[in-house]
Amino acid sequence: MSHATGVKYLKDGVLPHMWCPGCGAGTVLGAMLRAFEELDFKNEETVVVTGIGCWGKADDYLVTNALHTTHGRALAFATGIKAFNPRLNVVVLMGDGDSVTIGGNHFIHAARRNIDLTAIVVNNMNYGMTGGQVSGTTPAGKITSTTVYGNPEREFDICALADAAGANYVARGTACHGWELQNSIKEALTKKGFSLVEAISPCPTHFGRNNNLKPALEMIRWLKEKAVPVEQYDPLAHPKEEGYFPFGRLVDRNAPDFNTRYEEIRARAARS
Amino acid sequence: MTEKKDRYEVIMAGSGGQGLIVSGIMLGEAAMLEGKNVVQTQSYGIASRGGFSAAEVIMDRDEIIFQQVEKPDVVLVLTEEAMEKYQDLAGSGIPVFYDTTLLKPRTGENFYGYPFTELAEKLGHVGTANMIALGVMSAVTGLVELESLARVINKRFSGKTAEMNLKALHTGAGLIAG
Amino acid sequence: MQREARLIQGNQAIAEGAIYAGARFYAGYPITPSSEIAEECSRIMPGVGGMYIQMEDEIASIAAVVGASLAGAKAFTATSGPGFSLMQENLGLAVMGEVPCVVINVQRSGPSTGLATKPAQSDVMQVRWGRHGDQSIIALSPSSVKECFTLTVQAFNLAERFRVPVILAADEIVAHMRESFTAPAPGELEVVDRKKPACPPGQYKPFEAGEDGVAPLAAYGSRYVFHVSSSMHGPDGYSNNSPANAAWRVAQLHRKIETHRDEIVMTRSYYTGDGCDVLLVAFGAVTRAARAAALEARKRGVKAGVLQLITLWPFPDLEVAVLGENARTVVVPEMNYAGQVAGEVRKALGPGKDIRRVNKFNGQIITPKDILEAVM
Repeated sequence: MSHATGVKYLKDGVLPHMWCPGCGAGTVLGAMLRAFEELDFKNEETVVVTGIGCWGKADDYLVTNALHTTHGRALAFATGIKAFNPRLNVVVLMGDGDSVTIGGNHFIHAARRNIDLTAIVVNNMNYGMTGGQVSGTTPAGKITSTTVYGNPEREFDICALADAAGANYVARGTACHGWELQNSIKEALTKKGFSLVEAISPCPTHFGRNNNLKPALEMIRWLKEKAVPVEQYDPLAHPKEEGYFPFGRLVDRNAPDFNTRYEEIRARAARS
Repeated sequence: MTEKKDRYEVIMAGSGGQGLIVSGIMLGEAAMLEGKNVVQTQSYGIASRGGFSAAEVIMDRDEIIFQQVEKPDVVLVLTEEAMEKYQDLAGSGIPVFYDTTLLKPRTGENFYGYPFTELAEKLGHVGTANMIALGVMSAVTGLVELESLARVINKRFSGKTAEMNLKALHTGAGLIAG
Repeated sequence: MQREARLIQGNQAIAEGAIYAGARFYAGYPITPSSEIAEECSRIMPGVGGMYIQMEDEIASIAAVVGASLAGAKAFTATSGPGFSLMQENLGLAVMGEVPCVVINVQRSGPSTGLATKPAQSDVMQVRWGRHGDQSIIALSPSSVKECFTLTVQAFNLAERFRVPVILAADEIVAHMRESFTAPAPGELEVVDRKKPACPPGQYKPFEAGEDGVAPLAAYGSRYVFHVSSSMHGPDGYSNNSPANAAWRVAQLHRKIETHRDEIVMTRSYYTGDGCDVLLVAFGAVTRAARAAALEARKRGVKAGVLQLITLWPFPDLEVAVLGENARTVVVPEMNYAGQVAGEVRKALGPGKDIRRVNKFNGQIITPKDILEAVM
């Protein structure tokens, strides 16, 4: 049996990619494209919608349909695409800035609306592309280029936010657990309704350098140590304060998605 | 009945929630049945209930250029506030209709006071007061034919509601029959 | 759509005009005085196989409209004042990505929340320049319920024809006014659809403009695969930051409008047949007060005429120049403080012309009397 490579979705001549050494974006892209291939996604039936940020540049590498949007608004553009043509596979790539900082409102409402999209959020805990400024997911106390004495604010838990807002599927992965991440993305892509995969990713260039995790390997080691498979996760043995977090499938529901509900509205309108 | 004019400008003023806009629309629709062009505008405050509210209706055989009433031919007022705003018009020969159930009586020419609300309550629904008013206004000034208003009522309402409004219309028209 | 004469509001005529033009997707966020358009669309759209979706804000509304348009829909939104301000960034994406769409902006009195239920015409410049960066756009302005319908159809036609967002800059007066109106029969008004690619799928470039300056646009989900980007991009839609490419793109966005100016610019003149000494240049609902003022002025022996600007952008400078040249005085009544259109009229006629402004910015309408005072 041959393994999926995802190469058929890659534009010719774009490798090596432009992301920094040690960045997880390339790993997440690889996992996503392999998941596409395993699910036999067709380029013409797939639309990748991206926001602004390091991960938001991913569409440059792809030969699927793509829409590169404005900062924080990718989900809203994607909602229009999917709502009008529910036959499309619509995948939304955002960073932590896009998804839950500037775009937080769209994030919770996309989940509440349960629009059948898959959001793949690369969370590197800062604004990597623009010089490592603080974001809504930078942990409290951490150093960034705009929190030079430490972050006075708390971080969002992206998965908990999606869960609370009503997402049908929520999973967390990391850039250091490629196989598991690929499986989570595959599950998310096949799930009807709003699905979210958060991929925690190292940013050695900024976040790592600012927070004593300088060599890229340090950050990878840190992720390997702190990420615990959800089946083995025990809040007492893995205290949040020490940076431990569960990964894997966190939420799995089957609430009807927006387009299914809208078909009921159309039927009612036809009867009236 | 007075001779019908090619153009009428009507102001119906009171407070939000008195159904003035709907009455303005029904009057306009009746004029359309008689082949007239109609413009209906409104002014209202922030709240959709209470506060000064006025519906303006222009009905013209020709094109209506400026959309607001400049020289009213007929005025209906349903609050003291509205009366204070428009009562001077009576002095210049413009009929001012008002509800004596709600307002202090006025004396002098061109004031037409009738207990619209009281009559409507007797008919069974206070909401028909405006239709009584439209009935008497049309009968006095020739705004539209009663038949046109009746057609609008039958188009808009059915059953008991239609019946009650038709009764109100004829009650209004009957107020000046003698 | 009902065919007999009805007494309906401008906002309802806009919603019906959109349906007539083939719009099947509405995303919006309700705001006075445009909300009746949303309400009407929520009622009509599901029954005609279309979709109404109420988004979380106006930023999301225009984004969803752009997304749906790229999926093949004729899509639109309606808003007012604050909501239109919120839409600007993503409207810029529609310009950059050449995405056909229509935005109804029912102008209301500002700044900020201002007089939220009162009319204004103070977004003329925001309509044109509200977004950052070089960009061009088309804007129309209706003066009656009938024009609310017909210009909405026109707005879709121009958006589809030129792959550009078109703004219908209405005002609270026409939006809420009811007028006797008979909807045109199907086929009575021209309805334009966007040009679709005909080349083999592998050769399609979404920004490679043909001779008339407008590239065909495929739909997501068709056999054509394509990229659209908010970033500077080449003919294939992929990022391209070269200075030569950027210059070509920006010029292209302007050229497609400039070279078709005469197809886009619409004006109507009243009482100008025998020449006019006083020319009133008006748009939107104020056109009606201007016409009434001109008729009254003529009764009083002043040869006055009216030029209605149906298209606001690109600005009808030639039309203003032709009629204004022979007029002794040009009067520009508008519901804003700064004379946003008067400034453009000044540009068209030069510094020597006697141009008088009539401005009202207190939420009250401009009356024929207000205008007459400037004319006589």
